[in-house]
Amino acid sequence: MEAVVVNALSKTYGQGATRAVDNVSFAVSKGELFGLIGPDGAGKTSIFRMLTTVLLPDGGSAAVDGLDIVKDYKEIRNRVGYMPGKFSLYPDLSIEENLNFFATVFNTTVEENYDLIKDIYVQIEPFKKRRAGKLSGGMKQKLALCCALIHKPSVLFLDEPTTGVDPVSRKEFWEMLRRLKEQNITIVVSTPYMDEATLCDRIALIQNGKILSIDTPANVVASYPDTLYALRSEPMFALLQAVEHYPHTRNSYAFGEYMHASFTDGVGEDEVKNYLREQGIAAVEMKKTTPTIEDCFINKLKN
Amino acid sequence: MRTILFLLQKEFKQIFRNRAILVMISVMPVVQLMVLPLAANYEVKNINLCVVDHDHSTTSQKLINKIISSGYFKLTGNAPSFHEAFPLMESDAADLILEVPQNFERNLVREDEQKLFVAVNAINGTKANLGGAYLGSIIRDYNREIRLDWNVPGRFNAAPVIDISSSNWFNPLLNYRVFMVPGILAILVTMIGGFLTALNIVKEKEVGTIEQINVTPLRKHHFILGKLIPFWVLGNVVFTLGLLVAWAIYGIVPVGNLIVLYVFVGVYLLAVLGFGLLVSTFCDTQQQAMFIMFFFMMIFILMGGLFTPIDSMPEWAKLISRFNPVSYLISVMRMVVLKGSDLHDVRVHLGIVALFAVVLNGWAVLNYKKTT
Repeated sequence: MEAVVVNALSKTYGQGATRAVDNVSFAVSKGELFGLIGPDGAGKTSIFRMLTTVLLPDGGSAAVDGLDIVKDYKEIRNRVGYMPGKFSLYPDLSIEENLNFFATVFNTTVEENYDLIKDIYVQIEPFKKRRAGKLSGGMKQKLALCCALIHKPSVLFLDEPTTGVDPVSRKEFWEMLRRLKEQNITIVVSTPYMDEATLCDRIALIQNGKILSIDTPANVVASYPDTLYALRSEPMFALLQAVEHYPHTRNSYAFGEYMHASFTDGVGEDEVKNYLREQGIAAVEMKKTTPTIEDCFINKLKN
Repeated sequence: MRTILFLLQKEFKQIFRNRAILVMISVMPVVQLMVLPLAANYEVKNINLCVVDHDHSTTSQKLINKIISSGYFKLTGNAPSFHEAFPLMESDAADLILEVPQNFERNLVREDEQKLFVAVNAINGTKANLGGAYLGSIIRDYNREIRLDWNVPGRFNAAPVIDISSSNWFNPLLNYRVFMVPGILAILVTMIGGFLTALNIVKEKEVGTIEQINVTPLRKHHFILGKLIPFWVLGNVVFTLGLLVAWAIYGIVPVGNLIVLYVFVGVYLLAVLGFGLLVSTFCDTQQQAMFIMFFFMMIFILMGGLFTPIDSMPEWAKLISRFNPVSYLISVMRMVVLKGSDLHDVRVHLGIVALFAVVLNGWAVLNYKKTT
């Protein structure tokens, strides 16, 4: 059974001026970790807010746990956990008080579902008397996750949970999500970080309110159409410009300390190096590389 | 029920952790009640008087002495002519110019009639009005005196005279404070109730906590009750504090029953909280809420009959003040505190305020949406 079914969902703002969500359809199976990957302003938050019943769609339909998001909104609110992108717990209440508050609001107690949050809660428990507003970014995220989980939701919606969190905490956070998945909780997560995409079971690449593709991260990578090269030279800028102006270049962009580029069929390493030598760039390090999600995303955007 | 109790617990925790609000609640009524009734006073004193005496006679001297000794006037200038006195008025050194004509005394004796000229600086309307009236009555009084002195009365009083003696009911000494304190207390209760409710809910929007609340199964009326009850309690606390201050500092003890006051304030607070709630549903930031509340508060206070009586307002203003909940509380406060009115006497007021409470809260609940 599908935990989330989205069918041609649309949302426009400002009397139809901005199509934030444009005819989006996807389905998430029970127990799946599904990622919405896209840059800021792609429409991720609008999709989340519609699925958690706080925003009404303009068109299309969606169901969470088999319940319609417009008709059965009351029941959905009992069953989903939502962690908004912006920290939205009470900053003037302590960790303990926030957790108790949300447990009561969902008509349950912390003890009842303690096993679900135990792994996460023990990390912040030493500070349970501290006010939520005074916590570090990583601890705030952990507390927010606890509060979203306290009623044992069947579907968990996490809107950019790792934005503004340090790399170590980010890694920990994804580790926690993996453990939650084992408890058969469906998780829909959005992120602008491409490296986190590989940690999802399936991902939807989204841009300007439209879904570009939905597949497993491995398939997304495998479906990259060309051979991708990583190039490096000193100075880097001349190389970037030269490759960009090469008539056989399909894609070229800076990627960390290298640049990534793909070329039209039949153009290999030798042809490129020859061309670069003609341009006066001799010392070039060039190697084949496996595309990442980011490469696939850039490729999808260009075509 | 458990949910409501928990919501209340959370709300009170947050209020007691907010120093600024606690200080506002406890200090504001005390300080305002101590300062305002003493400072805001209708009696006009220290009216600056400039005299242009062309006569320099005993009679004119006596008249001027009488005016100064009344205590309301301060002689700030003596000018030889009106022309030279006028700059004093222009520079605000004189509020009134009294001109005594030449041969005032002689003509008064000869012709039994004389004229005085009074010029009033009307920039400050209240001061000019009252100053002119005071001066008029002092001169009338002086007029009567000289008539008694000069005319030896006959055996029978020739001219029939109607003598008026009046007595002031409910406030025999015309004590201004007895009249002001209940009114100011009414404003305080309104401010605390209205502002705090509006700002509190808008704060949840601003911080983003409402987003998290909206996706929970928490019922709309639970959330709203959880917000109203704490501020209803606080409103009553402020009211009680105000009554204590009125008693301790001004010795004002309500003539009427305290229960009548509390019943009325209880219902009234519901209306004011409903108003705050309604404002909060239209605002997204505390700044917006603050400005909207301020706009209405100014109208409520100035048109509520605290400083100027509603009866003397033009018809359209009277109509507006009928939709002003503050005017009902001010009126009832004065009725109960000064006159000792009971529930039966204030039943119309109570009914109207209850109607306000129902309409404002109903509107607010309809307008408060968990979904956008």
